[in-house]
Amino acid sequence: MNRFAELLDRLAYEPGRNNKLRLITGYFREVGDPDRGYALAALTGALSFKHAKPALIRDLIAARTDEVLFGLSYDYVGDLSETVALMWPKASLAAHNNPPPPTLTEVVTTLRTLGKTELPKQLERWLDELDETGRWALLKLVTGALRIGISARLAKTAAAALGDKDPHEIELIWPGLAPPYLDLFAWLEGRGDKPVNRDPAPFRPVMLAHAIEDGDFAALDPADYIAEWKWDGIRVQAVAGRDDRGHITARLYSRTGEDITGSFPDLVPSLRLPGAIDGELLILREGRVQSFNVLQQRLNRKVVSPKLIKEFPIHLRAYDLLGDDENDLRELPFAERREHLERFIGKLGDPRIDLSPTVPFASWEALTAARADPASAGAGEDADAVEGVMLKRRDAPYLPGRPKGQWWKWKRDPHIIDAVLMYAQRGHGKRSSYYSDYTFGVWTAGDAGDELVPVGKAYFGFTDEELLQIDRFVRRNTTEKFGPVRHVVHESDKGLVLEVAFEGLQRSPRHKSGVAMRFPRISRLRWDKPPREADRLETLEKMLKAEPAEIEV
Amino acid sequence: MMHMRPQDILLPVAAGLCCKPGGFHIDPVRSVERAVITHGHSDHARAGHGAVLATQETLDMMRLRYGENFAGSTQAIRYGEEIRLGDVTVKFHPAGHVLGSAQIAVTCKDTCIVASGDYKDAPDPTCTPFELVPCDVFITEATFGLPVFRHGDAADEVRKLLASVALFPERAHLVGAYSLGKAQRVIALLRAVGYDAPIYLHGAMETITHYYQSRGIDLGELRPAKGAKKAALAGTITLAPPSATSDLWTRRFPDPVTAFASGWMRVRARARQRGVELPLVISDHADWDGLTATIAATGAGEIWVTHGQEDALVHWCRSKGLKAQPLDLVGYGDEEESETPIQGEAEA
Repeated sequence: MNRFAELLDRLAYEPGRNNKLRLITGYFREVGDPDRGYALAALTGALSFKHAKPALIRDLIAARTDEVLFGLSYDYVGDLSETVALMWPKASLAAHNNPPPPTLTEVVTTLRTLGKTELPKQLERWLDELDETGRWALLKLVTGALRIGISARLAKTAAAALGDKDPHEIELIWPGLAPPYLDLFAWLEGRGDKPVNRDPAPFRPVMLAHAIEDGDFAALDPADYIAEWKWDGIRVQAVAGRDDRGHITARLYSRTGEDITGSFPDLVPSLRLPGAIDGELLILREGRVQSFNVLQQRLNRKVVSPKLIKEFPIHLRAYDLLGDDENDLRELPFAERREHLERFIGKLGDPRIDLSPTVPFASWEALTAARADPASAGAGEDADAVEGVMLKRRDAPYLPGRPKGQWWKWKRDPHIIDAVLMYAQRGHGKRSSYYSDYTFGVWTAGDAGDELVPVGKAYFGFTDEELLQIDRFVRRNTTEKFGPVRHVVHESDKGLVLEVAFEGLQRSPRHKSGVAMRFPRISRLRWDKPPREADRLETLEKMLKAEPAEIEV
Repeated sequence: MMHMRPQDILLPVAAGLCCKPGGFHIDPVRSVERAVITHGHSDHARAGHGAVLATQETLDMMRLRYGENFAGSTQAIRYGEEIRLGDVTVKFHPAGHVLGSAQIAVTCKDTCIVASGDYKDAPDPTCTPFELVPCDVFITEATFGLPVFRHGDAADEVRKLLASVALFPERAHLVGAYSLGKAQRVIALLRAVGYDAPIYLHGAMETITHYYQSRGIDLGELRPAKGAKKAALAGTITLAPPSATSDLWTRRFPDPVTAFASGWMRVRARARQRGVELPLVISDHADWDGLTATIAATGAGEIWVTHGQEDALVHWCRSKGLKAQPLDLVGYGDEEESETPIQGEAEA
């Protein structure tokens, strides 16, 4: 447990993805079975036991420490598990005969079978045996609050690196595996066969598109491609299959292979034909696709209430078919898969699942026109939910990852405004010596004439060279410092104008300006422009389309 | 004989801790006629006093920092040496904090007060170990005066650093450490666990580190980071003042891992706030267990608590039946080196 705790501790501070991978792979290499398997389960969220309540942890510490000292310490540290881990008194050696600290395996297997009444005593024993970091990790684990910024995908990628395998291979067999993954590690280390996925509804690694640039079109022949609308929803894979007894199992996966079925129980009954659909998750009200802002209100909910389901009816818009019953279609050219898909959706005949229409075009000019005005090119009333077009080669098989030249995404032009740099903050990791996080504002009428009001924050979009330039500007034009934040000069004739691109705008009562941007990034530095010529808040307010009144959930 | 109350001997005033019957101040924060100084950190040892009494090392450090004329006159005192000043006697005892650091025992008639300055009871190869001084009144710091601060074995922390160097051999490791005391201790700890490669230094710590070496402390081969080729710094360890580890200066290093050696690193939020990737819990102050054990062992019936987390420590003392009060002294705990000190963060 102490070694696993050490890993979690290091991961919690490490900002770089590749470094995180090396730390995890290093752990898998160094630690044997079955501990590393349970670690993989913990990192991928695959452990299941009843979590301990914070009140129980409070009771344990209250029985051992002075109330005032605990209160002062908790105030200072700000995190219950950490406070308890740090101030847990050293056990008297005589009382416990100094047993070795528990292994991760011991903790996980014990928690799975332990009765509720036995939990406090067991926790006490472990807390006595572990060191500070071990106690911290244990408390995070048992309260179910491991949050250390590691995705399941990252953990699997680290495991794959152990055997120099493609992480997609692990994704494919993952649904058939269970902790502590002895067969997986045996395969990765070349000691055993590749585990077989017996899951009736497995995930298939998804195919992704490249962003197309103006220069790419010259080399492409319109006749080789099929175009579809690019929907502003969530990419999902909806899979149904028959288990050994012939019953249908249905699952919904995110693009990274995370099982998100539990969040969308209302879609499950519609997945009654064995097959694997690649498509977009949307909210439809009276047949109309709602904006991403509306969809967002259904995401990341702990409890999916009947009210939520009713007010945010979920819909699947299908654009590819990877499997039809027992048949794997992924080797077929896209044009043929599309025919299978059309037949499949027709046979299904379900109002919650429909086809994403293709966009007919004869030339790039015609497609440019359709992209500029989706409403009159077939998207009709759903045009607001279109964020561009997708181009897919007719003869492309379904390949995992982002293969070159097969699929292209061609987004609509982003919204653009000119804003003024107001505050800058240091970045993290490689950027910790640079001021790379920027808060920018636009003009609005204030009590004493025009003033800048912050409308967003961006920390990418610029080149390395531009970062150096902005960093230099920030250092030379700081008016005040607050910890890591610098106030940068922003007056009508002194300051830096940033051209900010963003995807959408939303009303937000939490921001002083009343608006929040989606996906803002710095698209250009306008050294030529004096701040007084930057945009005004009214411009943004005009961009705000009247969203349907938000519903309390 | 009239009985002296402790506050008749030592009293906090604006300039610092004033000893009226002895005619001096301890670690004064303003210029005074006669100063008695516990150790060389800049918040305790300031320039511009009339006469200064301190250990030879502390005087040397002040001279290095402020120049030859940092005081009107100076007098060096050895550990265990006793000097009569006015109506009191003053005796210096090792504090184990940094090289030359001392606790100052002030005795007047039959009352002994120990002003411990900053101290630690943990082993440190770069200075004389802390000495327990029985007394009536013990003045203690409280930098880490909360039970969440337990510092553990510093050797384990440098092993953590070395494990990281082994894992990322193509990256440079930058260790933020206060230049007086902490940096030399980290180097000595690295040497003690067998690390014998050259260690690189930020320019700001060269003088004081070389002074440590001149006092016979073996720190192995040290090189200036300035002028070293970027590629040559891969897999190396460089010590730098904490403020430098997040500034332009770091761009000369290949993909640096930022470490920080400080007792504050015990608390995650503090480490994250500073953007530290590898926190090393190494402190030159006593931790909670050290503070409480020391207080109990002095046998003092009355405890005065200064700079730090006074509330918790005063509460603890009172719960043990000791008379205790916070001593409101202003001006300690902000070592100059931290360019942008995070609120409440002392040199530690």
